[in-house]
Amino acid sequence: MEQTVKKVFVGKYSELPERLGKTVILEDKEIAVFKLANGDVRAIENRCPHRGGVLAEGMVSGEHVFCPLHDWKINVTDGLVQAPDEGCVQTFEIMKEDEQVYVLVPSEITQS
Amino acid sequence: MEKKKLVLIGNGMAGIRTIEEILKLLPEEFEITVFGKEPYPNYNRIQLSKVLQGDTEIKDITLNEWDWYEENNIRLYPGETVTKIDKDIQTVYTDKGKETPYDYLIIATGSNPFMLPLPGADKEGVTAFRDIEDCEKMIHASKNYKRAAVIGGGLLGLEAARGLLNLGMEVDVIHIADYLMERQLDRSAGKLLQEELEAQGMNFLLEKQTAEILGKKRVTGLRFNDGGKIPADLVVMAVGIKPNVQLAKDTGLEINRGIVVNDHMETNVPNIYAVGECAEHNGMVYGLVAPLYEQGQALAKHICGMNHQGYKGSVLSTQLKVSGVNVFSTGLINETDQTKSIKVFDEWRNTYKKILVEDDKLAGAVLFGDTKEGTKLLSLIKKGANVEEYLESSQSQDDNESIVVSMGDEEVICGCNGVTKGTIVNAIKTQNLTSVEEVKGCTNASRSCGTCKSLVADLLTHTLGDEYEADEKETVCACTDLSRDEVIAEIKEKHLTHSREVMNVLGWKTEEGCSKCKPALNYYLGMVYPKEHEDERESRFVNERLHANIQKDGTYSVVPRMYGGVTNAEDLRTIADVAEKYDVGMIKLTGGQRIDLLGIKKEDLPSVWKDLGMPSGYAYGKTLRTVKTCVGAEFCRFGTQDSTGMGIKLEKKFEGLNTPHKVKMGVSACPRNCAEGGIKDVGVIGLDGVWEVYVGGNGGTDLRKADLLAKVKTEDEVLEYTAAFLQYYRENARYLERTSHFVERVGLELIQEVVFNDELRQELCKRMDDALSVYKEPWNEVLESETTLRDLYEKVHAK
Ligand SMILES: Cc1cc2nc3c(=O)[nH]c(=O)nc-3n(C[C@H](O)[C@H](O)[C@H](O)COP(=O)(O)OP(=O)(O)OC[C@H]3O[C@@H](n4cnc5c(N)ncnc54)[C@H](O)[C@@H]3O)c2cc1C
Ligand code: HEM
Ligand code: SF4
Ligand code: FES
Repeated sequence: MEQTVKKVFVGKYSELPERLGKTVILEDKEIAVFKLANGDVRAIENRCPHRGGVLAEGMVSGEHVFCPLHDWKINVTDGLVQAPDEGCVQTFEIMKEDEQVYVLVPSEITQS
Repeated sequence: MEKKKLVLIGNGMAGIRTIEEILKLLPEEFEITVFGKEPYPNYNRIQLSKVLQGDTEIKDITLNEWDWYEENNIRLYPGETVTKIDKDIQTVYTDKGKETPYDYLIIATGSNPFMLPLPGADKEGVTAFRDIEDCEKMIHASKNYKRAAVIGGGLLGLEAARGLLNLGMEVDVIHIADYLMERQLDRSAGKLLQEELEAQGMNFLLEKQTAEILGKKRVTGLRFNDGGKIPADLVVMAVGIKPNVQLAKDTGLEINRGIVVNDHMETNVPNIYAVGECAEHNGMVYGLVAPLYEQGQALAKHICGMNHQGYKGSVLSTQLKVSGVNVFSTGLINETDQTKSIKVFDEWRNTYKKILVEDDKLAGAVLFGDTKEGTKLLSLIKKGANVEEYLESSQSQDDNESIVVSMGDEEVICGCNGVTKGTIVNAIKTQNLTSVEEVKGCTNASRSCGTCKSLVADLLTHTLGDEYEADEKETVCACTDLSRDEVIAEIKEKHLTHSREVMNVLGWKTEEGCSKCKPALNYYLGMVYPKEHEDERESRFVNERLHANIQKDGTYSVVPRMYGGVTNAEDLRTIADVAEKYDVGMIKLTGGQRIDLLGIKKEDLPSVWKDLGMPSGYAYGKTLRTVKTCVGAEFCRFGTQDSTGMGIKLEKKFEGLNTPHKVKMGVSACPRNCAEGGIKDVGVIGLDGVWEVYVGGNGGTDLRKADLLAKVKTEDEVLEYTAAFLQYYRENARYLERTSHFVERVGLELIQEVVFNDELRQELCKRMDDALSVYKEPWNEVLESETTLRDLYEKVHAK
């Protein structure tokens, strides 16, 4: 299985809203990109493992996002759902070139 | 009279459950002794998978604490093995030299893992997956070694493999069949499962038979029959279990695969019983707790001399406890000449469902991806239901509603422990239970495999309504030990104006709070400093941040303001045009007398608002929602006052006000009360020359009739008293406390004392005016701000 990585442009760093999510739409998937309070940018699959809630619209606290549908708490760095619920979402790497922010998407994701 | 001596061999799940059942029936009757080979109190073996996956810890899976044995006068010998039974003098002997006589003996020795008799199987680094010790061994190995091989692609093997992945190992699963879990799944589901687990990082070697375990002292790899080899420094054998019957065999009990028992779990020797995985009933040996618990119940009744029909065998169901994967199966798995099947394969959502029908009756089911129908299918199959019954019930199932709502009281929620919906609901009501933990404590539901936790939670929500979520804690949330009143006092005293400041200064335990305290603090700050505090959009729940209601598919609904529920032809035409232009999914009249446009894409929201050109109806906020009005004196033959006019005035005055929870109003023009003010937060009824103002009504989950707050003469006074009441509510209620709870908690008398005091009322009204003065129509505000449009409403389309 060969893995190539696609570089997807998200936006200018300064134009990403802080403590909020941004939805990035790929052909068949959505990715939620968050700019945290400490300035870090994180990207996870935009689909709550519970009932598919759009995580980009969740409330962001530190490293976590709360799903807007039923309040599941998900770590945006490692993708793990926090107790008492369980599950995980896919995480993606972020790349910053000067002002430009990209998310790196393994190619199987974009095709499938 | 001397007590009868009851001895249990095996301190495990089936044996101890039997003892629990006996204690329930006859708590004082027996002198009970328990021997257990393992040095622990009875623990939940099932949850070992979760321990391995890192979701729980060993200390959290104990089912019966040491105290429990003591409180029930049970003599427990942990870490002690029974080595011999003398059935003639009714005595057992242990490896520590103890002799204990019995009147009744229960054998519940469980199973041993089946270890393939391969060359090298005794090497270091080869383990089973059965008990705490195995689990610890694997966790330990994961710290020093990298490559694990799991032999066996069944339930146990896959759960072990997932655990080892979580522990950071690379995992190969070796399976003899050509698809996974072939005993519980059909080929389609097995293949889907494989894809899913491969995506999680597992590697599969199917149709492979292990020939040898390689290595010197410690394992270094595996060799297969076909000559192939793989490296491995940990090997987990999960190829099956065999009933632990050696002791019984030595005693001369009748053994087939397991210890043979009848419907009362009696062996062929008087006063000796067997229960659990070591027992064989009607040719069946079970390896899941649900049937074992049924056996335990039957045995308890028998030993206690209760009349009953005994154990009659069980229909099994299977669930895999691997996070992110849902599979379920029960009954028949594969098609035969006699079966017809209903199959749904949704490639998009990656779900698969197969239901097998035999003679018009449900005979089996396999679910992959979406297993929420599992509980229902199991209970239908158990009772031998006709396929039509299933089809009808699945049609009437409302998607928005949890499946528990449509279940009958006799239907089983917790399969492991056989707890019905009726039992749980009854316990919630009669014993005032408010959490899943409490339900677990009282009814055993969700105490074993835990998969029904969500259904129990849904039942709580369904039975208790809003209270369940709101009333659990006194502190603002788990991030702080301070109560609402303490926090507000500090905000005032230290002049804190931003949530982050509050969290820093007051020592929040989390860095940035959580979804409970963030919106609460934002509200309190705005309430205390209406002009100074800048609303924090990141502390707003999505609906309030985007000014639209999120729907379950991620689209939104738009409800324009329609003051007093009164509209006109032009507005209706505009709404119709917008609905057509944006192809809305549904146009719906709301319960609050206005029009809801559902299914709108987030990116379209701003242009929808622009085209509508109407103010936001705030159908999403903790604020004034609607003022429902009746036709009133203008047209109605009973009307005494201008109820629509009054309603419009109220709505115009209070729109956009931030409140602890939503506020709904109703205005009617005679006691017939068509606008249903008796169940509104504020209800106004017009009589000849008088207005009555009612408060604290609720028509939702906690039906509550509103209390009469005041009788006044003029419309202005209605506005004044309403303002005073609402401001008092804003200043004193907990965030998310409806007026109905608030009035109940504080008491109507106190509220009346305050609002009838001229001075206090004036002050409340003044502060209310301050709060209202900062209101800006939100839709328009969004349309005027390029950054808000970009930050909140634009999505990025990858090229
Ligand atoms: C990892 C794992 C996951 C599982 N997941 C599920 C699941 O999701 N759902 C489900 O329904 N089931 C599951 N099971 C199966 C379930 O745990 C067993 O069916 C259940 O524990 C059997 O109960 P038992 O009392 O018959 O045996 P056990 O719980 O094994 O108890 C027998 C006890 O007797 C002791 N003993 C044996 N011989 C002697 C002796 N001579 N003297 C004294 N003590 C003795 C043993 O050491 C043991 O402690 C799982 C099992 C494992 C290992
Ligand atoms: C804060 C906790 C929770 C809340 C408020 C909550 C709320 C809800 C709501 C409102 C629904 C119906 C929603 C819809 O159709 O969009 C739902 C469905 C569901 N929830 Fe949860 N939930 C919670 C926790 C859980 C947990 C912990 C689990 C499982 C581990 C779970 C499993 C489910 C399942 C399986 C359904 C689908 C049921 C059905 O529609 O038939 N939920 N939940
Ligand atoms: S409440 Fe009275 S006045 Fe209003 S519509 Fe009903 S009957 Fe007529
Ligand atoms: S969909 Fe995310 S919590 Fe339910």
